Amino acid sequence: MNITTIITGIFLTMGCFFSVVAAIGVVRFPDFYSRMHPAGKNDTLGQTLILTGLIIYEGFSFISIKLLLIIIFIFIVNPTATHAIAKAAYLAGVKPWEKKGSK
Amino acid sequence: MSFILTFIILFSFWILLSGYFDFMHLFLGIISSLFVAFISHDLMIGDVNIRRGFKKLLRFIRYLPWLLYQIALANLDIVYRTLHPNMPIAPRIIKFKTDLKTDMGIVTLANSITLTPGTVTIDVKNGEFIVHAIAEKPAEDLLEGEMQARVKIVEGG
Repeated sequence: MNITTIITGIFLTMGCFFSVVAAIGVVRFPDFYSRMHPAGKNDTLGQTLILTGLIIYEGFSFISIKLLLIIIFIFIVNPTATHAIAKAAYLAGVKPWEKKGSK
Repeated sequence: MSFILTFIILFSFWILLSGYFDFMHLFLGIISSLFVAFISHDLMIGDVNIRRGFKKLLRFIRYLPWLLYQIALANLDIVYRTLHPNMPIAPRIIKFKTDLKTDMGIVTLANSITLTPGTVTIDVKNGEFIVHAIAEKPAEDLLEGEMQARVKIVEGG
């Protein structure tokens, strides 16, 4: 077991942790809009960390450059998709949940 | 000018994705890149001043480290709120005006808002942002406008 494998393992573990937390968040949060928060953010970082781990494992090659392109793609697409879904819900008139006594 | 730039971008993308350097693949790549660049160069790049575009790219790269730091903070924030037994959230919808002019600046700001702690952009209409914040503090931080100032620097003159 060399040092690259260990670093890759750390990155993969962190990525999986964030993805799992995103899934738990989607289940636990009370309404549509707050569910967008874990789905939009933690997924982005989770996938990015997993792909970064794979890049480190692969070293510098064509495959790692393709993985880097996927990371850039995810960084542009994930917030945009979140925004599109949230906008659709807002236009359809979904009411946001509010904590009792906050207003 | 935009024709040559589009061709260079398309052809380097071709080489990256194919990974072959023999004559046939390079030749096919040159032909298809030339063809696509000929059809669509005014769509992809348009009449962009190359030097200004390059400066903008440099400013955007300087904006990236701060954005990555904010993304890390955002994720730790969501992890804390998700795993905390009481779920310390108090969602609300806030609206604010922006004075960013270009489409690219507005897109950058909207995506940055979505990626940073506790806020998700819902809609942008006529320079007015509708943002969903998950608690009180992220909403206040956003209204302070530090991010908007930074995006404005990227946008430049």
